[in-house]
Amino acid sequence: MHEITPPLKSFRIALLGNPNTGKTTLFNVLTGLNHRVGNYPGVTVEIKKGSFVHQSSVIEILDIPGTYSLAPRSPDELLSVELVLGLNPLEKVPDALLVIADASNLERNLYLATQAFETGLPVILALSMVDLATAGGVQINFKALSEKLGIPVVPIHASKRKGVDELKNAIVSLQTEKCMPPVPLFLPEVINNREKILGLLGDKGSLFLAGRLLFETDGFLAQQLERKLALSLAPAILEGRKALESVGINLVSIEAKSRYSWIRELVQPCIRKPENKVTGFTDRVDRILTHKVLGMFFFFLIMFLMFTALFVLAKPLMEWIGEGKNFVGQGLESLLPEGMFRSLLVDGLLEGVGGVVVFLPQIVILFGFLSILEDCGYMARAAFLMDRVMAKCGLSGKSFIPLLSSVACAVPGVLATRVIEDKRDRLATILVAPLMSCSARLPVYVLFIGAFLTEGYGWWFPGFVLFLMYGIGFITAPIAAMLFKSTILKGKGAPFLMELPVYKMPSFTVVFARIYEASLSFLKRAGTLIAATMVLIWAVLYFPYVSSTGENYPELIAATENKEQQDALLLDWKKNSFLGRVGRSIEPVVKPLGWDWRIGVATLASFPAREVVVGTLGIVFGLGKDTQDEQQLLEILQKAHWNDDPDQPLLFKVPSALSLMVFFALCCQCGSTLMVIRQETGTWLWPAFTFVYMTSLAYLAALLTFQVGMLFL
Amino acid sequence: MPTLDQVPIGCKGVISSIKGEDAIAQRLMEMGVIESEPFELVASAPMGDPLEIKVQGYRLSIRKSEAARVTVQVF
Repeated sequence: MHEITPPLKSFRIALLGNPNTGKTTLFNVLTGLNHRVGNYPGVTVEIKKGSFVHQSSVIEILDIPGTYSLAPRSPDELLSVELVLGLNPLEKVPDALLVIADASNLERNLYLATQAFETGLPVILALSMVDLATAGGVQINFKALSEKLGIPVVPIHASKRKGVDELKNAIVSLQTEKCMPPVPLFLPEVINNREKILGLLGDKGSLFLAGRLLFETDGFLAQQLERKLALSLAPAILEGRKALESVGINLVSIEAKSRYSWIRELVQPCIRKPENKVTGFTDRVDRILTHKVLGMFFFFLIMFLMFTALFVLAKPLMEWIGEGKNFVGQGLESLLPEGMFRSLLVDGLLEGVGGVVVFLPQIVILFGFLSILEDCGYMARAAFLMDRVMAKCGLSGKSFIPLLSSVACAVPGVLATRVIEDKRDRLATILVAPLMSCSARLPVYVLFIGAFLTEGYGWWFPGFVLFLMYGIGFITAPIAAMLFKSTILKGKGAPFLMELPVYKMPSFTVVFARIYEASLSFLKRAGTLIAATMVLIWAVLYFPYVSSTGENYPELIAATENKEQQDALLLDWKKNSFLGRVGRSIEPVVKPLGWDWRIGVATLASFPAREVVVGTLGIVFGLGKDTQDEQQLLEILQKAHWNDDPDQPLLFKVPSALSLMVFFALCCQCGSTLMVIRQETGTWLWPAFTFVYMTSLAYLAALLTFQVGMLFL
Repeated sequence: MPTLDQVPIGCKGVISSIKGEDAIAQRLMEMGVIESEPFELVASAPMGDPLEIKVQGYRLSIRKSEAARVTVQVF
């Protein structure tokens, strides 16, 4: 018999803090990369869980999203409150709270701490940015603060690992010695009425919750709690509010006023501030970076550098991945006998996985840039500068960078919307981001502009058309956002109040962790599904591989050495495949766009990933798969006749080439984007909606382009 | 008394009151925009909106529509 070891009892803490306090750095330093993302239905926030072992105690940490207040006004914010108070059925009540506060801005940061003090849980206070406070002439007596509060106060510098061990010690000793924080003072009337509501809440209650119910103006929390805890709270809340109003208490402002004045009294003896404020580094830098003219100049310079890096640095890496994919493909082809299994492996699975991995360099580079900009404090300035423009389409400045990122690729663009706190703004941004012309559309534009809009036009014309194609996204996306915000995503949003944090050196741990997380979650979640979709498309292009007259295409192709014959057989096979049949049957649908069935098939096949269209066009226009040459394809397209019948007119005229480009500009032909939207919104509804609206929009716009074009051109 | 969106850039003063009784007013107050708190209007974005103010020792970006709810007393 083995000796039974008692299970290690873990100590659970929830980590709370304002945004820009270094909370993420602290979480990463405490847990290493040893964390995972919790899944909670119905919310879009990501809540991370991690753990560490210190002095043979297992400490679990729940990372609550950064917030200025625990007052919940949306389902996302409610989840944070539920987790802190142990009201969520999926998580146990935390044993203690760890609150991180920015020492250079202590009063406002302590606001959240005062709410944590009312939860009835032991609290530890970690103070970050002590060096910044000191540089600004602010001196804090940590010992005095700790004594006044009756809880451990630990100054930390997480990225330099200063104070981290002390913090871990404090957390471990909390297991035996519960340090209860003081309860902030309110007027006696408030306290009395709060007690009454607390009585109704029973064992789920806390002073914080009772207070919130009394103070909240919109009744959101009360509704949620009545439903979730099956309680009747409304009459008591109404009575309490009336009682307070009758003695002249302003219910809107009483909470903020009481907390701030309590904080001021508490902090004053522990903190020394300089009488004459020195002009800090941030003030000097901001004079340039938020300047009306210079600020815009630096903004566009930074954006330009970011995109140059995205295109220039990512390109060789993407080509390298492509070559690696081809190398593996050739290796498999030489190792395996020709047949269905090899085709599945090479043309289906490898293409599918390769098609996902190829986005990785862009994600890494973009997220590298974004997290540096965010961590150093510039991101808030960018949102500040662009807010006015974005407000015109119902969004805020925070939507600008995700939309701009989508010009490179909508996948990182959608991931970048995580900085947008307002749920409706974020969703609207996600829904319109795929309208921006991404780098995968470029080959289509280049091919068709080269084939039909270059010869016989001025030297400037091709560039101008390319500019117009990008312009389609830049104009449609804001209009669509405006439409969504005034219809399906209508509602009173949160006010756009944004802290402009002090500038600081970006932390390597934060930048690295963000790149790592974004890449990993993309590969894991989008990767598996997109690979599966690619296999599906492979299958509908492969089956049936025997024609109705009994010809076995793979065998026939293998039997002949004649290249032309091989290509002809390949075309016949694709025409006969399930996708080919569907393509031919939908010809009436694509004909009004000026397309024949071959373009229909190529377009259908490129729905999982639009970048395959050039390759698919090669196949359906009778160009063998292995001899893909854009110049050759360009000439074939120029000379192609309708339905490959020499008696018919030429397939492509300027209007049909334009209609195809417009279709590609507006259509959502990207499985990866849809999967990422699924991942970020937590439901299939939004990717389905994106797919339907974009495809309809693309079809209508292409129809209009062709029909109007035929009148004039 | 003027509201925060009416005072010139560089202006210093104290906050007198916040109009309205909704969640927006409450959120403003949670962020430290409360009665008798000193403030400084630091800058405005290129098209005049939003504004950048200093309050409680930090910088806050606030749109003119919300700033119009904040009445201030200018020194």
